[in-house]
Amino acid sequence: MTAEAISTPYTEASERLNRPLLRPSKVLMWSVLMVGGLLMVLPFIFMLSTSFKFNNEIYELSLLPKEPTLSNYLFLFEETQFFRWFVNSLLIATATTVSVLFFDSLVGYTLAKFKFRGQTFIFIAILSTLMIPTEMLVIPWFLLSKDLGWLDSYWGIMFPGMMTGFGTFLMKQFFESVPDDFLDAARIDGLNEFQIWWEVAMPLVKPALAALAIFVFLGNWTAFLWPLIVTNTESLYTIPVGFASFSGEFTTDWELIMTGATVATIPTLVIFILFQKFIIRGVMLTGLKG
Amino acid sequence: MSLQSSRTPFDAAANRAVSAELKGLTVGQKKAIWAWVFLALPIVFYVVIRFYPTVSAFAISFTDWNILGEKSFVGIENYSRLVQDRVFWKVLINTLLYGVIGLPVSLVLSFVIAYYLDQVRFMHGFIRALYFVPFLTTAAAMGWVWRWFYQPSPVGVFNLILVDFGFSQQPFLRSTTQALPAVLAPAVWAGLGFQVVIFLAGLRAIPSTYYEAAKIDGAGAWRILREITLPLLKPTTVFLVVISTIGFLRIFDQVFNITNQGDGGPLNATKPIVLYIFETAFDSSDMGYATAQTVILFLLLLVITLLQLWYLRKK
Amino acid sequence: MNKLSGILLGSAIALGLGVGAVAPASAQTEITYWQYTFGARVDAIDALIGQFEAANPDIKVNHVNFPYADYRVKVSAAIPAGEGPDVVQLFYGWLDAYREAELLSPLPASLTGDVGDTFFPMVSAMNVDGEFWGLPTAVRSLALFWNTDLFAEAGLSGPPETLDELVEMGKKLTKRDKDGNLLQVGFTVVPTGQDHHWWREVLVRQFGGEPYTDGGRKVNYNSEAGIAALQFYVDMVGEDGISEIGFLTDGQTAFKAGKAAMTIDGSFRLGSFNKQRGLNYSITELPSHDGERFNYSSYWVNGIASKAQGEQRVAAEKFLAFITTNDAMQLWLDTVGELPARPEIALVDANQNHEQFGPFVRGLAYANATHFVDEAAQRQIMVDMVDNVTIKGMSAADAIDIAAEEEQKLLDRFYGS
Repeated sequence: MTAEAISTPYTEASERLNRPLLRPSKVLMWSVLMVGGLLMVLPFIFMLSTSFKFNNEIYELSLLPKEPTLSNYLFLFEETQFFRWFVNSLLIATATTVSVLFFDSLVGYTLAKFKFRGQTFIFIAILSTLMIPTEMLVIPWFLLSKDLGWLDSYWGIMFPGMMTGFGTFLMKQFFESVPDDFLDAARIDGLNEFQIWWEVAMPLVKPALAALAIFVFLGNWTAFLWPLIVTNTESLYTIPVGFASFSGEFTTDWELIMTGATVATIPTLVIFILFQKFIIRGVMLTGLKG
Repeated sequence: MSLQSSRTPFDAAANRAVSAELKGLTVGQKKAIWAWVFLALPIVFYVVIRFYPTVSAFAISFTDWNILGEKSFVGIENYSRLVQDRVFWKVLINTLLYGVIGLPVSLVLSFVIAYYLDQVRFMHGFIRALYFVPFLTTAAAMGWVWRWFYQPSPVGVFNLILVDFGFSQQPFLRSTTQALPAVLAPAVWAGLGFQVVIFLAGLRAIPSTYYEAAKIDGAGAWRILREITLPLLKPTTVFLVVISTIGFLRIFDQVFNITNQGDGGPLNATKPIVLYIFETAFDSSDMGYATAQTVILFLLLLVITLLQLWYLRKK
Repeated sequence: MNKLSGILLGSAIALGLGVGAVAPASAQTEITYWQYTFGARVDAIDALIGQFEAANPDIKVNHVNFPYADYRVKVSAAIPAGEGPDVVQLFYGWLDAYREAELLSPLPASLTGDVGDTFFPMVSAMNVDGEFWGLPTAVRSLALFWNTDLFAEAGLSGPPETLDELVEMGKKLTKRDKDGNLLQVGFTVVPTGQDHHWWREVLVRQFGGEPYTDGGRKVNYNSEAGIAALQFYVDMVGEDGISEIGFLTDGQTAFKAGKAAMTIDGSFRLGSFNKQRGLNYSITELPSHDGERFNYSSYWVNGIASKAQGEQRVAAEKFLAFITTNDAMQLWLDTVGELPARPEIALVDANQNHEQFGPFVRGLAYANATHFVDEAAQRQIMVDMVDNVTIKGMSAADAIDIAAEEEQKLLDRFYGS
């Protein structure tokens, strides 16, 4: 289906081999990609710029505020618990990510490197959880949390995400490419199976762990439905739930909503800017192994 | 970080205990026991947190339950009600439309971008980052921005541009035909960067010897693309097709945050199945009917994914 | 599964006991109050709780609030699990659904004996088969907000008195660019906002109809009057061209931005409009038609959850009585901007002639409340009705027939006929 879209006549795949210096077609290609990229971040810039405006200026579509102000941010941090929600999200996303990294790679490793009865069955069963919509599980989870006294707690927010089918699948793919010789060598050295996994196999899949960490962190950072249902106390809200409560109250105050949206987006952006190379490499590997 | 300290001593102790009992077993048997030790906790997790709730959801779908009173068994009544529910057919078609439009559009776009970006060296990383940033945003937050963009001129950016170029204004979210693509656009936008990066990885992984050989044979760009690049990109494409299909068929956040009051309107034109499930369960408290819908969605995802895997791997 | 939860449950109980032992041994009763998150409402309830706890040191009230949009989701998830409030605030239009679901219990006669005489008449909708299920602290009505700067700029001296004037003035207040795109609307047309109430309870009646009969069980707006009312409504975005649905997403946003000259809304909007920089506006009663004035009234009531028993029940009743006193009502008006639910306090001169509250208070005198069975679904039917005309080009008569059929189905399913 990609055929007709890429049949543009002036392109030559061979260019990736011997790159001539500046050719008009190259300059054009670069410019189009650059403009496209800038358009991609336009909504984001718009959000950022609105967050620095007073409410009488927001309908002018200028990207630079005429009268820049920090008052929206001050309001956000003084009048709401945004900071607290921020910390909650950070805590929950981090703890869940650590758990997923541990368990998904343990299960993925077991499925990739061990032979036992029921192996295929377990793999398929875990994989099939990818197709279960969260909406379907929310009510049973709630009843369960109530019985076990987990409502309105960090643990209550986290428990459904402590292991994931996607991560297990991904890690299994990566562990399959770890040569058996390495593991056998470790076995001869007298390491037990846990040590072999933890000390020999895990370091070999670090890039995959990085990729998985990003997906899990992002997923938990943006999770909405379950945290909303399981929390009762405002001080336990995560960023998306707090944002919803906030935007419900200030529906017409676009400058405040944009400020909240900015604060909700900044952390992932900072992480991305700091670890760009690592993250991109991880995502790329996911594509190759997935 | 704290994993090592908290887990290892415990497991090491357990290991010693296990190893002591394992003497006299074959290597294969020992490994099988280890496998079950490793899997014990995850199995409990998946059974309690995933399968038991799924099974109870299936069970609820055969009952009439308003969430407060008693459940009463009604057989397949919820399913026969689904068949006759016009809104359900509408949301089912909408859901498929999201997939049928979203998947090719996003894959073609991301492939074209990746294909050219792969040939660019100057500021490569920066441009790639620009495309990737939307992937990091939350739909709840960005929904507000998009909603604003779709406004009529003089406030809406898209209509301003249309008018500037002499076209007439478009109703976008206020049209039963344009609203669905308008809601889909931000979903494609948000996922594009991810797909681009995955395609870039796929392109990089093709050994350059293939291209060199093709060049010596005097193959043109078009032939190289068709006979080398695309076939060798197959695993990447399969991965993206499966992951993206599931994503588009489960679309919710964008619709909920962009349409007026999250109602999937106008006249249900943008309502996907997940939103209908959400409304049935939490606005109307009709749990039996809502879970029957989740069962249909589950089966739909399962069948489509299996078909895709089978077809794409085979071909 | 059972064993696991048993063990975990056991430890949870043990923990609970431990905590119980540490807590002070005083016999304080704790009750929980739920409402949706809105700054002024939260402040008002916190103030009332403070006063109440000072007067009743043996009772502690936990105040919990949730995002408005997700309030019902929360309730649906929490109640079946036996979690949730002892006293809950709910929109009067949800009462039937909550009552049907056995979430609420009727209020004792000691609290409600004189409600019929002392509260505004529409509160009687809370009376089902002789028992009251909820009492409001405050009631709401609608009024017309008009932007005084835009009126002056258009050379108009005052707000419209009648529907015809509304349209005439609206035309003068509407601005378009050379291509005919709206820059400013004369009036906001927003079916998802307060307009569906305005159409049902005000326009339909003003055009000579009666929206429902049989105590709200029978749809009756599918009549000549209903068609005329709908035609009037959609003409504002059609023939008369004084508005556009979805302009700046909703009425309040457009009005706040100074891009809508008039909008219909409730007094709870005052707080948000008052803090908008550069917005000068005034408020007047809803326009009349053929000399007839009507208004729509709504309210949030406080109900007692059926799970509140024994001491909690007693404390809940006490608290409910406290937040429906005249003093509480005045505090609510001053903090939130919603009108007292008893005429004796709402209609005092200071409130009736208040520059901002006055038009709302006066509107209460001729207001009706719709007897909703599922407010969200019934609103959606109205929204679809308007969309059928404005997007699909259906005739008003056909659109009304569809809406009436859908809504009647909904009512029948609820009343079980």
